[in-house]
Amino acid sequence: MQFMLLFSRQGKLRLQKWYVPLSDKERKKISRDLVQTILARKPKMCSFLEWRDLKIVYKRYASLYFCCAVEDQDNELITLEIIHRYVELLDKYFGSVCELDIIFNFEKAYFILDEFLLGGEAQETSKKNVLKAIEQADLLQEVRIFLYHQVAEPIREIDCQLDSSWSRAATK
Amino acid sequence: MALKIVKGSIDRMFDKNLQDLVRGIRNHKEDEAKYISTCIDEIKQELKQDNIAVKANAVCKLTYLQMLGYDVSWAAFNIVEVMSSSKFTYKRIGYLAASQCFHESTDVIMLTTNQIRKDLSSPNQYDTGVALTGLSCFVTPDLARDLANDIMTLMSHTKPYIRKKAVLIMYKVFLKYPESLRPAFPRLKEKLEDPDPGVQSAAVNVICELARRNPKNYLSLAPLFFKLMTSSTNNWVLIKIIKLFGALTPLEPRLGKKLIEPLTNLIHSTSAMSLLYECVNTVYIDVNTPPLPSLSLSLCLYLSLPPQLCVQKLRILIEDSDQNLKYLGLLAMSKILKTHPKSVQSHKDLILQCLDDKDESIRLRALDLLYGMVSKKNLMEIVKKLMLHVDKAEGTTYRDELLTKIIDICSQSNYQYITNFEWYISILVELTRLEGTRHGHLIASQMLDVAIRVKAIRGFAVAQMATLLDNAHLLTGNMQRMGICEVLYAAAWICGEFSEHLENPMQTLEAMLRPKVATLPGHIQAVYVQNAAKLFATVLKSQEGNTDSTAAQETSQLMIDRLPLFVQSANLEVQERASCILQLVKYIQKLQQKDVEVAEEVSALFAGELNPVAPKAQKKVPVPEGLDLDSWINEPPSESESEDEQPKAIFAKEEPKHSRPRREEVDEKELAKRREARKQEQANNPFYIKASPSSQKVYQEAPGVEHIPVVQIDLSVPLKVPGLPMSDQYVKLEEERRQKERAEKKKKEKKKRKEKRSGRGKKHDSGPESEEDITPAHQVDIVTEEMPEWSIITSYIFIKTKSYCVTVHVCSSRPLADSEKLPVRSHRAAEAPKSPTEDGDATSQEPKKKSSKEKREKKKDKDRDRKVRISTGLFLCLLGNHSHLILVSSGLPGINKCIQKSKLVFCFLPLTKVYDIQGNLQDGSQVVVSVIFENKCDSFLKSMEFNVLDSLNSKLQRPEGSGPHDGLTVPFQLPPGVSNEARFVFTVQSIIMPQKLKGTLTFIVKNEDSSTHEKLDFKLHFTCTSYLITTPCYSDAFAKLLESGDLKCSSVRLEGVNMPFHHLLARICFHHHFSVVERIDSCASMYSRSIQGHHVCLLVKTVSIDAKCDEPTLLGNVLDEIKQTFSQC
Repeated sequence: MQFMLLFSRQGKLRLQKWYVPLSDKERKKISRDLVQTILARKPKMCSFLEWRDLKIVYKRYASLYFCCAVEDQDNELITLEIIHRYVELLDKYFGSVCELDIIFNFEKAYFILDEFLLGGEAQETSKKNVLKAIEQADLLQEVRIFLYHQVAEPIREIDCQLDSSWSRAATK
Repeated sequence: MALKIVKGSIDRMFDKNLQDLVRGIRNHKEDEAKYISTCIDEIKQELKQDNIAVKANAVCKLTYLQMLGYDVSWAAFNIVEVMSSSKFTYKRIGYLAASQCFHESTDVIMLTTNQIRKDLSSPNQYDTGVALTGLSCFVTPDLARDLANDIMTLMSHTKPYIRKKAVLIMYKVFLKYPESLRPAFPRLKEKLEDPDPGVQSAAVNVICELARRNPKNYLSLAPLFFKLMTSSTNNWVLIKIIKLFGALTPLEPRLGKKLIEPLTNLIHSTSAMSLLYECVNTVYIDVNTPPLPSLSLSLCLYLSLPPQLCVQKLRILIEDSDQNLKYLGLLAMSKILKTHPKSVQSHKDLILQCLDDKDESIRLRALDLLYGMVSKKNLMEIVKKLMLHVDKAEGTTYRDELLTKIIDICSQSNYQYITNFEWYISILVELTRLEGTRHGHLIASQMLDVAIRVKAIRGFAVAQMATLLDNAHLLTGNMQRMGICEVLYAAAWICGEFSEHLENPMQTLEAMLRPKVATLPGHIQAVYVQNAAKLFATVLKSQEGNTDSTAAQETSQLMIDRLPLFVQSANLEVQERASCILQLVKYIQKLQQKDVEVAEEVSALFAGELNPVAPKAQKKVPVPEGLDLDSWINEPPSESESEDEQPKAIFAKEEPKHSRPRREEVDEKELAKRREARKQEQANNPFYIKASPSSQKVYQEAPGVEHIPVVQIDLSVPLKVPGLPMSDQYVKLEEERRQKERAEKKKKEKKKRKEKRSGRGKKHDSGPESEEDITPAHQVDIVTEEMPEWSIITSYIFIKTKSYCVTVHVCSSRPLADSEKLPVRSHRAAEAPKSPTEDGDATSQEPKKKSSKEKREKKKDKDRDRKVRISTGLFLCLLGNHSHLILVSSGLPGINKCIQKSKLVFCFLPLTKVYDIQGNLQDGSQVVVSVIFENKCDSFLKSMEFNVLDSLNSKLQRPEGSGPHDGLTVPFQLPPGVSNEARFVFTVQSIIMPQKLKGTLTFIVKNEDSSTHEKLDFKLHFTCTSYLITTPCYSDAFAKLLESGDLKCSSVRLEGVNMPFHHLLARICFHHHFSVVERIDSCASMYSRSIQGHHVCLLVKTVSIDAKCDEPTLLGNVLDEIKQTFSQC
C-alpha cells in the first residue's frame, strides 16, 4: 500500500498515512486531487478506480471516506478488507466510533493504524491482538481520553457491513 | 526541583491541549488561518520551555496542524527532543510526529540514530514497538545502514510482537540499504516457520514483495512456500503466496504443473472472493514479470487449467449484485480476453447486460470488453444495442464515450468486421443526431474515410450526405450542437467530390449555397464553396446536353447571386475561394451567353480520381542526386514544425483540404478506357500500391468491386427524419444477404477450405470457420499493408517459445505500418545492416561464417587480454546461432567455464546485459535496442554510459547537440541485484549485410569505502535473417512473384541434416522468420520479407534449398545463416 487517507464528506482531511517517501508538496497535491475525484463519484459507484498508475480503493462509512492507494498487482478486495478491518478496530476501541472521536483523538487513530499496518503491509490480522497491544500501550500512558460518540452520531451506519460473502471468508 | 515540577504543571493548566486546539479551529471557521497562526506562535513559545510535557503537547498539536496542511518542518528538532523522552507517553507522541512529518530530506534524522538504537534495545517492548513503527515511515539509507544489525537482532526477539514488526520493517531496510539483504536472508527464511502465525505472515509478506522485484533469488524457497500454501488457512497469507508463485513460475515452468492442483482446489473451494480473485488474476493474467519478458503461469497452465473454469468464476463475480465484484469481474475478464478471446466471447449476453448498470465505471469497463468481442457475426447486433444506449444515456460524457466506442469498434483493423457499409454509413448519420456531442470531427473523418476507400458505397453515401446537407438546419439548429456541424464538412466534400452519384445535384447545390451556411465555422464554409464549384461543374454537364440552354445559364446565375455572400466572409480561406470561383463563374456565364459549350472544360478543373497512397510510398521515389533531404533549408523554429515535414498517411485523418480534389466524369465507355489506362499507369506509378501479395489476404476472395452484391435500398420509402436512414433495417437485410451468400458459397468454400488448410497448416488460429464465411458486401481499399490476424498469433507463439528456451535474444522487426501496431509484436531477431557500397571500413566487418569453436577461442583470448588490464570486461558471446546474444562480463574467476556452457551463465556474473533489438514502429531505418542491465555483484553501480562506435551504415542516435563519439548516459543506477532496462535507438541504412558494432559501457563501481571507474567492451552483432519478418503469402501471389522475373536465384545444399521434414520447416520458420506458403510432401515453398520490403522466397527440399530474392547479397547472407543453423544441430 502506498498511502491511506481519511477525509470527510466536506473534503477535510482527517487522517493521512504515507508509506512511500514523498515531499509535503506532492502529498498535498495528491490528497487534494484524490479527495476531489472521489467526492465527485456517485454514491452507488463501485469502490475502485484507476488513478495515475495506482489503484484507488475507497469506502464511505457515514460521513467519512477511507481511501487507500495500492499498486497495480495488489488485490483490491483485500485492500477493501483492510479498510473495513480498520473501521472495526476503531469501532471496538472507541466503543462506537464517530467522526469527532477521530478528530479529537487523532493520535489514537494513528496508533491503532500503526498497530494494524506497518510499512503499508498488514502486520496483524487478529483484531484481538491489535486491541490488546493498544490497550497495554495505553496503560503506560497517563492521559485519559474523552469519547465523543456519547454525544454525537456513530460512524457505523447501515452501509457499514460489507458484502457478507467475502468479508466472512477473509476474516477467518 | 519540586517547585519546578509544580510550576510546570501549573503552566500546563493554562496551555491549550490538542482538544482545545481542535475545538478552537472548529469555532473559528471564518478566520481559520489567522487563528492557526496565533496558535503556532503559542506553540513556538511552548517549545521554548524546558518542560517535556509542554513540549510533547506542542508537538502533538503540530502533528495535527501538519495534517491540515501547515508547514511544521521548522519544529523538526523539537520533535527529536520529544522522541528522546524517557516517558512512553511522550515518546509515543514524538515518534508519531516524526513519522508524519519527517521525510528523507529532513536533516535532523541523522541525530536520531543513537536514540532509535537505544529504543530498539529497550526492555519495554512498547518502546521498541513505537520506534520500529516510526522508523518504518522515515527510514533513510543512512538509518537503514546503521540500524540494520539492531533490527536483525530483533527478528529473533522473544516477543512475537517485536519479531513481527522487525520482520516487516526489514523490507523497508532492504529497499534503502540492499547490502543488508544477504546477511539477513537466512534469518528471514527461518521466520517463515516461526511458531507465531503473525510473524510467519509477516515473513511471507516480505519475501513476496522481494520476490516481485527479483524473483529468481527466491526460487529455492518454492518447496517451503508450496508446503505453506497447502497447509495455511489464512487468506491473507494465501493471497501473498499465490502472488509469489505468480512471480516464480515464469522462471521455473515445472512449478506451474505442481500448482495446478492446489490452485484448482482453491478456486473451487474458497468462499473468499478476494482469494478467488487473486487465483484467477495470477493464473491467467499476470503475464509479464520483469526483467525477462516471459511466460507466466498463464502459458504453463492454460493447457491444463481450462480458461472456462476461470471465466465461469468471473461470471459469478459479474452476476453478483455487489458493484465492486462486478467491476473486478469485468476488469479481470478484459485481461483474459487478450489471451483467451473465445472463452470470453460466449458471455456476451452478460457483458451487454452490464451496459445497463447504474454505475458508470462498470458501464465503461463493459464497453472496453465489447471492443475486443466483436466479430463479423455480432457486430451489427452489438452496435444496435449500443445505439439504444446512446439514446437512453444521460450525461454527455458517457454518451460521448459510447459514440467513440461505437466508431472504434466499427473501424478497428481497417473495418475488418463490417460486412455492410451502407449500414455503417447509416449508423454514422444516426449518430449526427446526438445532442451536444464533442465528436463531430470523429464522425466526419469516418464518413470521409469510408466514402473514399469503399468505392461501392459512394452512391449511397452521397445520397445520405445530400440529405444531411438538405437538413443542415437540424444540425445547426442551436448553438449547443456546434460540435456536430463538423459532419457538414464531410458531407459537403463527399457530395462535391463524388457528385456524379448525386440524383439531384441541383438541389444539393442550392442547399450548399443557402445564406444560413455563412453562420458555419470558416473551414466548413471553405469546403462548401469549393465543393459548390464541383457541383456546379456536374450540373452544367448534365444541363448542356439538353436543348434548353437557359437551365445552364440559370445555374450560373444562382452561383453569381449567392457567392458574393462568401466573398464578404471574414475568413480568408472562404473569401479567397469564393472570389476566385465567382470570377470563374462570371466568365463561364459570358461564354454561355455566346452559346459556347463550357461544361467539358469546367469539369476538367476537377477531373481525376483520388487514389489511395500508402504511407510509405514516398520512400519508393528515388531522391534526386545532390538533394539532401535531411539538411534544413531554413533552421526550424520549433520542434513541432519539423514533425509536419514527415509524410503522412493521406487519408488517415480528414485531409481533403490539402489534397487537390479532382473528379472523374461518368461515361461508361470512357470509364472503361480510363480504367485500362489507369492500370497501365499504376503499374509504373511508384505512388500506387498494387495489390501486392501480402496486402490482399482477407479480401482476396471477394470478387471485383462491380460484382459485389449490394443491397438495394429503396430510398423513396419515407424515413423517420426525412432522408435520415434507419440502421436497424440493415440488420435484417444483412441476415438475408448472408443466408443467400452462404448457400451460394457452400460448394465453393468446401474446395477452397481444403486448399487453405494445406497452405496454412496448424498456424491458422483465428475465429471459427463460420466467421470466414461472411464476406463483406463492400470492399475497403486497404492502403497500408495489413497483416491478418493469424500471422500475428503465430509469431506470438513463437515469441513465447523463444523466450522460454533462451534467456537472451537479439531481435529486430520490420517497422510496422500504423495499421499493424499490435501489442504483441516484439521479439523477432534483429541486426543492423551494412551496405557494401557505403562501407569503406571493410575491416570492421568480420567474416560471417565461422565455426562456433573458433569463436569461442577468440573469446577466450580476448578474455585473457582483458583480465590483465581491467578488472571487469564485458564482451559478446555468440551462442548457438544468430539469434542469441549474451553479453557477459568477465573479471570473476570461473567465467571462462561459464561462457562455453550454458545460456544461464550470466546468473553468476557481476553485471549482465540482456538485449532485445527491435525495429522502430514508425520508421524503416530505425532499430530500437533495449538492453537490460543487471547488476550481479555486491557493489553499487552508477554513472553508466553506453557508447557504440558508429559505422557508416549504422549509427546510434544521440540527443541533439552531442558529438558522434559521445556516449549516452544510462538514466538509472544499479544497486546490487537490481536490473533495469534502457533503450537505444540506432539508425540503419542498408540491411543486406550482417554487421557487428563495437561499443563500450563505462560505469562507476561504488563500494563501501571506495569507488572505481570501470569499462566494459562489447560487440553488438546483427544478422541478416533477423531483419526478415514473418509475412504470410498466398500461393497464387507467391506464384506471381516468382514469375515476375525480378528475383535473383541462388541455392544451398543442406548436408548432414537428418531430421523430419516438418522439423526442418519449423526451424526455418522459427529461426529465420519464414512462413510456409505451400507444402507438398517433402517439398515446401516459403516466404518472408525484409523490413525494407525485399521479398525472399524459398523452395525447401530435404537436402537443398533453392531461393529467390530481389537482393542477391541479402539472399546470400540469409542462406549462409540458414546453413549455419543446420550445421549446428
